[in-house]
Amino acid sequence: MNQILKSTFAAGALALLLAGSASAVTLNMHNGGDPTSLDPHKLSGDWENRIAGDIFEGLVTEDAGANPVPGQAESWTVSDDKTVYTFKLRDGISWSDGKPVTASDFLFAFQRLFDPKNAAEYAYLQFTIKNAAAINEGKITDMAQLGVKAIDDKTLEITLEQPSPYFIGALTHYTGYPLPKHVIDAKGADWVKIENIVTNGAYKPTEWVPGSHVLAVKNDKYYGAAGVKIDAVKFVTLEDNAAALKQYRAGEFDILTDFPKDQYQWIQENLPGQAHVVPFAGLYYYVINSTKPPFDNANVRKALSMAVNREVIGPQILGTGELPAYSWVPPGMSGYGDPVMVDWKDLSYGDKVAEAKKLLAEAGITPEKPLKAQLRYNTNDNHKRIAVAIASMWKPLGIDIELYNTETKVHYDEMQRGLLEIGRAGWLADYNDADNFLSLLKTGIEHNYGKWSNADFDKLIEDGNKEQDQAKRAELFHKAEKIALDNTAAIPIYYYLSENIVSPKIKGFQDNAFDIHRTRWLEKTE
Amino acid sequence: MTGLTPRRDDFAADLEAEALTGKARSLTGDALARFLRNKAAMVSVVMLTLLILAALIGPYLLPFNYEEPDWAAFRVPPSWESGHYLGTDQNGRDLMARVLYGTRVSLAVALIATLVSVIIGVFYGAVSGYLGGRTDMAMMRFVDIMYALPYILFVILLMVIFGRNVYLLFAAIGALEWLTMARIVRGQTLSIKEREFVEAARAAGQTPFKIIRKHIIPNLAGPVVIYAALTVPEIIATESFLSYLGFGVQEPLTSLGTLIAEGTEVFEILPWLLLGPGFFLVTLLLSLLFIGDGLRDAFDPKDR
Amino acid sequence: MFSYAFKRLLSTIPVLWIAVTLAFFVLRLAPGGPFDGERPLPPAILKNLAAHYNLDKPLVEQYLIYVGNVLQGDLGPSFVNEDFSVTEQLMIGVPYTFTVASLAIVLAVIIGVAAGSIGAIYQNKLPDYMIGFVILTGLVLPNFLVAPILQLVFGVKLGWLPVAGWGNGALRNLVLPVIVLTLPHAARISRLMRGSIIEVMNANYIRTARAKGIGPRLTVMRHAIKPALMPVVSYLGPAASYLLTGSLVVETVFGLPGIGKYFITAALNRDYGMVLGTVIFYMVLIIILNLLVDVAYAFLDPKVRTR
Repeated sequence: MNQILKSTFAAGALALLLAGSASAVTLNMHNGGDPTSLDPHKLSGDWENRIAGDIFEGLVTEDAGANPVPGQAESWTVSDDKTVYTFKLRDGISWSDGKPVTASDFLFAFQRLFDPKNAAEYAYLQFTIKNAAAINEGKITDMAQLGVKAIDDKTLEITLEQPSPYFIGALTHYTGYPLPKHVIDAKGADWVKIENIVTNGAYKPTEWVPGSHVLAVKNDKYYGAAGVKIDAVKFVTLEDNAAALKQYRAGEFDILTDFPKDQYQWIQENLPGQAHVVPFAGLYYYVINSTKPPFDNANVRKALSMAVNREVIGPQILGTGELPAYSWVPPGMSGYGDPVMVDWKDLSYGDKVAEAKKLLAEAGITPEKPLKAQLRYNTNDNHKRIAVAIASMWKPLGIDIELYNTETKVHYDEMQRGLLEIGRAGWLADYNDADNFLSLLKTGIEHNYGKWSNADFDKLIEDGNKEQDQAKRAELFHKAEKIALDNTAAIPIYYYLSENIVSPKIKGFQDNAFDIHRTRWLEKTE
Repeated sequence: MTGLTPRRDDFAADLEAEALTGKARSLTGDALARFLRNKAAMVSVVMLTLLILAALIGPYLLPFNYEEPDWAAFRVPPSWESGHYLGTDQNGRDLMARVLYGTRVSLAVALIATLVSVIIGVFYGAVSGYLGGRTDMAMMRFVDIMYALPYILFVILLMVIFGRNVYLLFAAIGALEWLTMARIVRGQTLSIKEREFVEAARAAGQTPFKIIRKHIIPNLAGPVVIYAALTVPEIIATESFLSYLGFGVQEPLTSLGTLIAEGTEVFEILPWLLLGPGFFLVTLLLSLLFIGDGLRDAFDPKDR
Repeated sequence: MFSYAFKRLLSTIPVLWIAVTLAFFVLRLAPGGPFDGERPLPPAILKNLAAHYNLDKPLVEQYLIYVGNVLQGDLGPSFVNEDFSVTEQLMIGVPYTFTVASLAIVLAVIIGVAAGSIGAIYQNKLPDYMIGFVILTGLVLPNFLVAPILQLVFGVKLGWLPVAGWGNGALRNLVLPVIVLTLPHAARISRLMRGSIIEVMNANYIRTARAKGIGPRLTVMRHAIKPALMPVVSYLGPAASYLLTGSLVVETVFGLPGIGKYFITAALNRDYGMVLGTVIFYMVLIIILNLLVDVAYAFLDPKVRTR
């Protein structure tokens, strides 16, 4: 305990020193939630990713537009069958304590990631690596069988289960970061304490007060340190985004990673050009329990979907102008082209409602004989508003909705146990590939809360993932998406937006569909 | 939910009347006269009555109900022509209808929870304080345990066991508030039981239960009434806090506290969403507090 | 007095134990677990996590492990801030919370006692009504409303004070949160004080004083305040514990690194270790505060001492 306080104060003193020197530039970033850990294997949220990606760097990293570019590896080659990747590490890469980063640090990190004993939540993201899943599930206990080999200090070879077009992209994820083997060997679980931690990214953490902030200062040992223009980043924990906006207005923040949607119009009028609201690779949707009558009837599901007036939700209910979603895969996924849309997309809302009424009447549901149904959502103001609006859109059709909100933990626990009629869900892309969305609807997968199941769909996804030709793969996926939409496997509602506010003082902030903006690409001018 | 609030006042009066049992009953008349002379309290009674009437009758007189959106009017400011006298919210629902409905819910919450907390708290605290010794110690330790358990945990569990029920929520809040009431009552009792008249009653051989009922509780009336009046805003705030966490009233129902929590988020851009419910809440709570004070002053068992 | 205090301390051990045991089992009855979230985890990963945190063992065994650890002073791991144990998190947060809470309670007592006494002296006269109105407004407005308004006025519009943030404990950063915490308690204390002084003023010895020709103001100051403090003191125990543990809203709105938020969020997050940690912390706190209140009673009312 004393040690923590001491190191906190020492780090604080360091920060003061930094702040005192005239040239030090600190980026004050509103980061939302409190990070779970600084250990990349224990993370799961985007606020944690912001910190982890500034202090660590994988073989591949993101450029200012979040595209994968060489990071700790300067180049790589791929075997002809596209399953073996050989990475050549960059010269002069080192940990913040001066020790070189070697291929064995990567090997160590991957072994640790998949070791069941370490229980890394996000390990499944790298399950494309050979035998990774089997090791993580305890079916293989011999770590040597993992498809990762350190050929020498500078060369790392990774073998995949099968070709994967998104593998390079997935390596930018924090589950692909190296870990300082020499520190973990010496300190064990305490390696991640602020006084011990050693990182290889552009910044290194020096201060962490839970519930307040993480401070990271420029890492001079970083190979690209000369190009890093911001000297320190303060990732501030503040869950109340209305308070954060006020802090921003008072000049206490340079970047807000979230803001109250209701304030969007006000921000556009009063802080022109500072709100960055751009499409985000994510989908907001409702699942329907397809095992429970009458929702096992695809026409009933279709009627519900048709009666949702999506055009009202973004601009009116939320106020930020989210685009209506008529496809399952959001637009802009790499190599996928335009997603498939429902075939009734372009009908007028009146026609959609008329058709929906007809479909429901065929199923015996009319305003005179209404269907009682429960709509679940996890407690949140925006979810509430959307649920209220959609319930009132369904009411004239003879669907009597009982709104039911629970805490996030209960919501997902009960959704997974199938205790739902209609429920709210959402998905943000882990990696830039349509598969990431389509597999949410595969039979037997835990994300498939509505238990919708279609053998043709499953087969198409499976075939698509084996297909090496990008265009053919996209075609198979398109067919699958069409099946899902025609059957109304779920109700897509809108595509997410990323919502940042960036001070005019900050240069180099590039909008992108993954909302990843590493500090080393930014510049702060006074 | 109708007619609950007047009963709250009856209850307070009953408590006071009981306080006078065994003493000069004619005091009740004097007390009433004193209460009627208290201007702040009388204004409050009028305001409270108006609020209650508005909450009970108002919704039937409005052209809009509290749950259906007016698809032509999202986020519109108050206007006489459109019939949205307090404007509409982000779902296009009429705020006046929601405020009146929310007032009903909040009044009901306050009444049930306060009743539960007063009844349990007074008896528990008086018994504990009067009996003293080991019994007191054990009873207060129980209060400590109850204090220590995170009440959110209880709320979550009650939801699981009994399902979603607004009345359950009220009872849960009351069951939370009695702890403080019990502690205050016990403190007072420790002091009262040393007084001459209690000692006289003891000397006369009266049973502890009778002493508590006839001599201790009547003399507790002052702090109890005031604290009960103080508990009301607390309960309304707790209710809105629970709603904010998602354990409260389910949409499309609402409460004043919930409306204010929602209005606070947007008070710079949609100020009517805060001002409407804010006016109702402040009026309601101030009235309750002034009435509480007035009653206390008027029914003070000791002649002045 | 000392032996009384010691006995009370001893008697709290079983209480603590019962509370922890109750909380431990009650917690597991609640649906949802620490690893449920927006992204469901594959069963294999869930199994790994359960094994890592001993959650796959029979409940009774988990309980025995936990109690064993607590007896050794280890409150176990937290699922939310994994780099800090529960003990560490509480120890880090306590000084922050204590600073804010103690400032608030001192301020609340000063304002509350003063306002309540003035109200009682001028009972049902203009100053009484004015104070009543002002202070009641403080009571009536919920803190989640007062805090943003103060932030907007003093932070954004006037720019006098920081909107939020801990600022390494700078006084400037503490002003707004302390005001928000003080308001309702000052209001409640003033109400209790006013009522209690009026009651005391009717007691025989005060009447004697008045009969001797001492003015109302002097009577209040000399004779009435001390005995009238009894209900206020009763109230201070719960108020202090509330301030130390119930400041979720203030901490969230002002971004303070205190412990108040754990008392709500730990249960919501199903952070088992932290929930039990907060229960133990709260128990110890209550025990200390109650002892202080009892001592204060004895000081204010000599009759209690004879027990």
